[in-house]
Amino acid sequence: MLRVVLAEDAVLLRAGLVELLTRGGHEVVAAVGDAPSLTRAVETERPDVVITDVRMPPDFRDEGLKAALDLRARHGRLPVLVLSQYVATAYATQLLTGDGAGLTGLGYLLKDRVGEVADFLTTLRRVAAGETVIDPEVVRVLLSRRTEPLTRLTPREREVLSLMAQGLNNQTIAHRLTVTEASVVKHASNIFTKLSLDPTEGNRRVLAVLAHLRGDAGAGA
Amino acid sequence: MRHRPPHRFLLSSWPLRCWAYVCGGVPLGLVVLAVMLVLVAGGLLTSAVGIGLALLTAAALSGVPLGRLERRRLGLVEPTPLRDPHRPLKGAGLRTRLRTRCGERATWRELGYAWLLALVFSAAGLGVSLLLLFALVLVTCPVIVWALAPDTVMIIPGQAVPHPLAGLPFTAAGLLFLALTAYAAGLLAGVQVRTAHFLLAPREEPLTRHVVELTRSRARLVDAFEAERRRIERDLHDGAQQQLVALTMTLGLAEMELGDARPGAAALLARGRGEARRALDQLRDLVRGIHPQVLTDHGLAAAVTEVALRHPIPVRIDIDLPHRLPEAVETTAYFTITEALTNAAKHSGATEVQVRGGLRKERLTLTITDDGRGGADPAGGTGLTGLADRLAILRGRLTVSSPAGGPTRLTVEVPCSA
Repeated sequence: MLRVVLAEDAVLLRAGLVELLTRGGHEVVAAVGDAPSLTRAVETERPDVVITDVRMPPDFRDEGLKAALDLRARHGRLPVLVLSQYVATAYATQLLTGDGAGLTGLGYLLKDRVGEVADFLTTLRRVAAGETVIDPEVVRVLLSRRTEPLTRLTPREREVLSLMAQGLNNQTIAHRLTVTEASVVKHASNIFTKLSLDPTEGNRRVLAVLAHLRGDAGAGA
Repeated sequence: MRHRPPHRFLLSSWPLRCWAYVCGGVPLGLVVLAVMLVLVAGGLLTSAVGIGLALLTAAALSGVPLGRLERRRLGLVEPTPLRDPHRPLKGAGLRTRLRTRCGERATWRELGYAWLLALVFSAAGLGVSLLLLFALVLVTCPVIVWALAPDTVMIIPGQAVPHPLAGLPFTAAGLLFLALTAYAAGLLAGVQVRTAHFLLAPREEPLTRHVVELTRSRARLVDAFEAERRRIERDLHDGAQQQLVALTMTLGLAEMELGDARPGAAALLARGRGEARRALDQLRDLVRGIHPQVLTDHGLAAAVTEVALRHPIPVRIDIDLPHRLPEAVETTAYFTITEALTNAAKHSGATEVQVRGGLRKERLTLTITDDGRGGADPAGGTGLTGLADRLAILRGRLTVSSPAGGPTRLTVEVPCSA
């Protein structure tokens, strides 16, 4: 069971999410409708994970996202799952490279993913456990971009990278692609080499995704 | 009046015209002076009674009829008539007339001319008139001596001209004097004509003001239009989109509740969820077309990058801006780029599009180049003309270069200073 603080300004959606999370066996300790309330709720409740909308009152810009990043900057690795109405790499980049981003416990999901209830709850658990999950749609868009380092990847490697970026482990990826786990490891190693990612650095899977988000693999992390 | 040999001037009708014009200005100027002094003095003295204001208003407006008369009198020395600088007041009431006239700069310029005429031109004209009179007396000296005043005419004090023939030298001097007077009158008339042109003719400014006003009202329309787009985008985002998300969520929950109990019903629910998602996708595209949220939050470069990521043709983006631009500039630039990209994908057959952007001296410069077959015609589609119109409101420019065989290059320049 996770203690969740939820920030979503649309009342209907907020109520629905509370219901969904409760049925999923979690406790929503606060459900708020604007960014300042989100900050206050986190300060008092110290939740396991924060779910927030990007666009929130008062200005209906990216307050939700900014508030979540501020909270992370102050509260270490507070896991944050951001729900967005738009598949915008700009927001994903902001989330993954902004102040207090870190490389763990971050999620960026398109809002309609909540319809796939089981997947959504799994994602939430993974984020709370410290993994980083990016919406498959964002990854797909990024991979379709013809930037220089990516052109060096084979189609299968891109596929593997896409699944890695979604936070899946080698076993699951192997299962999805119906290949052996050993070949996934091989692909992953090739990807790291081609994107010039230092194997000694932290979470290379996330580094690989970051590389895409920035469009310059050479810079790595 | 124009450049002619001096003797032609003297032998033409111009000296007569100039004398008539300049000397005619003397009594006119004196009348104006008298009227103005009476009106102003009377106005100031009776200002307590209340009638003073009317008198002062009359003084202020006295230049208007004088201006009309002066433009007509100018016909003596100026072949092209001056146009009336005032707006027509057909059918307007007295109050409107007064307010309009008092609001016109032409009225005040005419008042200035009135004072110039009353004080400067009439004085100078008086001088010329006296010279002319003196010259005429000299010229006609023998006749005067012979017919009117034998033995009493004294041109040089103390020495009477004894008989008509002795007056002949004076006639010669008088003719010389007359020529000088003609030139003096010509000169003065020239100055007066210039002044009249400066003060009594319409200036182009009312028209310019009109154009500025029109541009402003167009800009207001665009602003209103933009605000309306934002409102629609907001309504869709806060209303329809959230409803649909909530619907997919409810369907998902129902699916979960149902579990494996009734596979048929679960399949239907999954289908419903899929349909709701497709509706959401369409709605998202629609909202993006109205006004993309990323543009508001992250600016032009980020918003263009998002578009490029979904573009069927590879797009290279090199937009380097030191700071966020005014909202209107960002929006217009964004839609210009998306329109150019759409055109490139639809018509050009290009394999790559390049978007470059930068800020130079507070002017945003964008170039969108594709390596397609060219031949784009700005007059052909409404897209490019519409963009040019939108840019024109921001005092921007759209240049299209698209020779047959390509490449097509769109250049956009927009000033960013508010």
